[in-house]
This record gives sequence, C-alpha cells and structure tokens, in this order.
Amino acid sequence: MSPSNPVRKIDSPVLENSLPEEARVPEAGLPKLVASKMNFFYGKFQALYDINIKIHTNQVTAFIGPSGCGKSTFLRTINRMYLTIRSTRAEGEILLDNQDINTIELSELRRRVGMVFQKSNPFPKTIFDNVAYGPRVNGMHRKEALREVVEKSLHRAALWDEVKDKLHESAYSLSGGQQQRLCIARALAVDPEVLLLDEPCSALDPIATSKIEELLFQLKKDCTIVIVTHNMQQAARVADYTGFFFLGKLIEFDTTRVIFYKPARKETEDYVTGRFG
Amino acid sequence: MIVTAASYTRRKAVNAVMLSLTGLCALVAVAVLFFILGYLVIHGGASLNWDFFTKLPTPVGENGGGMANAILGSAKLVLLATLFGIPIGFCGGVYLAEYGAGTFPFIVRYVTDLLNGTPSIVMGIFAYTLIVLPQGHFSTLAGGLALGVMMIPISLRTTEEFLRAVPQSLREGAMALGASKSTAIITVVIPAAVQGIVTGIMLNIARVAGETAPLLFTSFGNRFWSPGWEQPTAALPVMIFTYAVAPYEDWHRQAWSAAFVLLMLVLMINVTARLILARRGYRR
Repeated sequence: MSPSNPVRKIDSPVLENSLPEEARVPEAGLPKLVASKMNFFYGKFQALYDINIKIHTNQVTAFIGPSGCGKSTFLRTINRMYLTIRSTRAEGEILLDNQDINTIELSELRRRVGMVFQKSNPFPKTIFDNVAYGPRVNGMHRKEALREVVEKSLHRAALWDEVKDKLHESAYSLSGGQQQRLCIARALAVDPEVLLLDEPCSALDPIATSKIEELLFQLKKDCTIVIVTHNMQQAARVADYTGFFFLGKLIEFDTTRVIFYKPARKETEDYVTGRFG
Repeated sequence: MIVTAASYTRRKAVNAVMLSLTGLCALVAVAVLFFILGYLVIHGGASLNWDFFTKLPTPVGENGGGMANAILGSAKLVLLATLFGIPIGFCGGVYLAEYGAGTFPFIVRYVTDLLNGTPSIVMGIFAYTLIVLPQGHFSTLAGGLALGVMMIPISLRTTEEFLRAVPQSLREGAMALGASKSTAIITVVIPAAVQGIVTGIMLNIARVAGETAPLLFTSFGNRFWSPGWEQPTAALPVMIFTYAVAPYEDWHRQAWSAAFVLLMLVLMINVTARLILARRGYRR
C-alpha cells in the first residue's frame, strides 16, 4: 500500500482488520462527500494540492494540521464559500451524495451543507430571528412553523433551556459560548445534511468547548460533521476519522485511532506527538 | 541614559505647556459654540412669539407677522431634497461597499469627493440651468433639487463607510445559510449598519436645512404661501439672510428668531434620530 494515496487505506480491508478492535468505525453506507484531485488557488498562490478524500455519512471527521496549511480552505471548497473571496479558483471535483457540487444551485448547496465559523457571528437581530434566518431565506414564513423550527434547533444545539425566556432579546446579550451554540442552532435550522465547523471552539473556554463537543456526539446521529481544529485533544475526543493537512496537502487520512496511535506517515507522527507544529 | 532632575523638570514643563495649549484650544472651540447658542437664545428667543409660527410676513413698514410660510417652505424643500438625494446616495454607497471593484468605483469615489467640495452656490446654478431656465420661473422643485444634489455625496460616502465597517463574517454567515448576496445585504448587512446610516442621513438633512446659497436663485423666496411644488417659496435660511440685511429693526429681531428656530429644528432632528435608534437596543 502506498502512503502517498492515503484515502485508499480506509477502503482497505487489510488495514481495517489489522487494527485493534476499537479502531474500526462502522461504515455507514456510501460516503457523504468525495473529493478528488482538488487543487485550490488564491490568485497565483496554490493553497491545496491534489486532495482526495472520502467523508463518511453520520461520522465526525476532523482536520488537523498547522496554521495556514489548507484545512479551512478545503472546508470552504465543500460549500463553495470560497466564492466570497475575489480571484480564488478551485479545480477538481467534490461529490455530495454522488452529485457534483458545481451542478447544485448555490443556495441549495449551502442549505444542505451548513457552516459554523471560527468566531461566532450572530446577526444583530433577536435570538429568534437569528435561528429563523435560514428557514426564512429558504422560503418558510408561517409563524407557527418558524416557531417550531426555532425551538427544535435550539434544543438540538442544547441552548433552549438557557434562552427560552428571552427569545426576543438581542443575540449579543448571550455569552461567547452561547453565541457559538446559537450559530450552530442557526445552521441546524435549515436541516443540513453536512455540518462544517471551522475551529468552532478556538475562542471559547474549556467549559463552553466541552458543551460543543458533547453536542457533536448528538448531532452526528443525523448529520455528517466535518470539523477543523487546532486542538489535537479535541480531534481525538470527538472525531471518528482524522485527516492531517500539511503545506496544502492531505498527508494522511484514517480513523482517529490510527492517526493518533499508529500513523503511517512520519510527518503525522511528528505532528500528533508534538514534535513540530 | 542618565535621567537628571533637570530633564524631569523640563519634561514636566513641556507637559504643562502642551496640556494648557490643547486645553485652551478645546475651550475656545466649545466657547464659540456656546457663544452662538447663547446669543441666539437671548436675541432670538426674546422676540419669538406664537405669531412667528402661524402668521405670514407683514408688508414692509408694518410691524409683527411671522414666518409660517418659510417654516413650511423649508420643510418641503428638505423633504424633496431627501427624497431625491438619499436614495441615490444610499444605493450608490451600497454599490461601492458591496459590489464595486476596479476602476469604476474609484472614479465614482473621486467624483463624489469633488462634488462634496463643490461650493453650494454652484449647485444652485446647476438647478437654475436645469429647471428654472427651461420653466421660466423659480420653484420649490428647483430648490429641492439643488439641495438634493448636495445630499448625494455625503449620503453615498457615509453609507459606504458604515457598510464597510460591518464584519465580513456576517455576510458569510448569511450566505452560508443559503442567502444570495443581495438577500444577505438587505437582511443582514444593511440592518447591521442602519444606526450609522440613519445618523448620517440626519446629519445630512441638518446640514442642507441651513443652506442658503443654493436657494437664492432656485426657490428664490416668497412672502406668501406657496402651494404645490411649482412656485417660488420662502425658506428659513433665505429669510434670515433677507431680514438680516434689511434696514428695519423689527426684521432684525425676526431674523434672530428664525435663526433660533432653525437651530432648534436641526437639534430636534438630531435628538429624535438618536432616540429612535437607541430604542432598538442592539449592542454592537
């Protein structure tokens, strides 16, 4: 098996069987997302080189790696969020449920693939209007239905009990951790199939962080989750699969246990053991 | 470096000089403002009475009367100017902040800055040539247009500045939920900047409300009511000018009153705007 083609390893029964029992993560049918030969450019600067990856349905996939190595960039190619930045260009193919994302209407793609950002970004609106924003722009206007969706989403983001009495207050009245969970609730309100999280806990204290991590365990029941993190313990705690990015390349991708205990590549081992990065 | 007692003394002296110099300048600036305010209150307030708001100007030589027509005229002029200038400036500002890139926005910015620096009397000539000459008579319409043109550059640049101050993360947050760019601008970006934009509009209105030069040969002046938009109309700033340079003692008093009323109206616009916005209660 060639280490330069790490994606294949997941499909390899040889490797799967050679791992300790806990390492085997149940395959959940077809992969949700398949990227092949992804290259990405900011102007002339190439930020991603030949990324090939399969992201599995209803699993948490974490991307780790030093700053500026392309993790967030790759995340932004999945919902084509890179389009908001001028003179960027993506090459290659990403399939969502076997359909090329470039053929999916942009607003449809972003409804199906939700995103939570590094810094919580609640809108300057009430808590209710924040969560109802997604359903509204996607055409839901009935008050009763909106109320139902808002309540359900806040429950799913484990925020309901804290905000149920002040739904019509400004979102800025919440604490940092609550704001980030509000942003998760907002993303969940349009019922996404995939949830992309770009270092969602980097500005949060350990208690708020653990709340969000617990949340991910709940959410993966009906959502495929991709999380970028600088915190390796976090990846180890929450992720079923982990990918290691370095200098724009996906160096290794495997189950989290393999990445942290038996990485195939020296760079991965050096990084997860803290020898660099 | 050796710090001697002498150098400390010198530093303290420099500090004292700078503090008193800058403090004095700040005091002068505030003093001028309070001097004007006080003068207006004393002179204007003293001769202000109910007639001023309800009566027409009296014929020359006859004491009494008021400036009801000028108050209404100013209101109509400012309304027209706002309806004309604000939408153009606002939409242009949205374009510059959200869509513009390349040479065209650069030219727009440059030209609006020039327009902003253009003497206000030139705006009057512009409206005169465009409306008064072809129509053959002065009108509220021409005055409103002249003031409206003056409002465009400021409303454009303030809109642009305040939209630019909205964090990119809010735009991305909206678009990540499936909103199109224009939906994101209308439902998230503009509401986030509305406080600044509205304040900008209010200050803009307050500024043109006091303009005299553009009205001299557009709305001209009128000693009677001016129904509709097609007739010359009185306006407070022009009345102040006319009455102040006239040789009658009673007119001088009325000019003071008009200045006082104009100032109070401008102040009220400002305070109202801030009160409305404060009630929204969103912290940024």
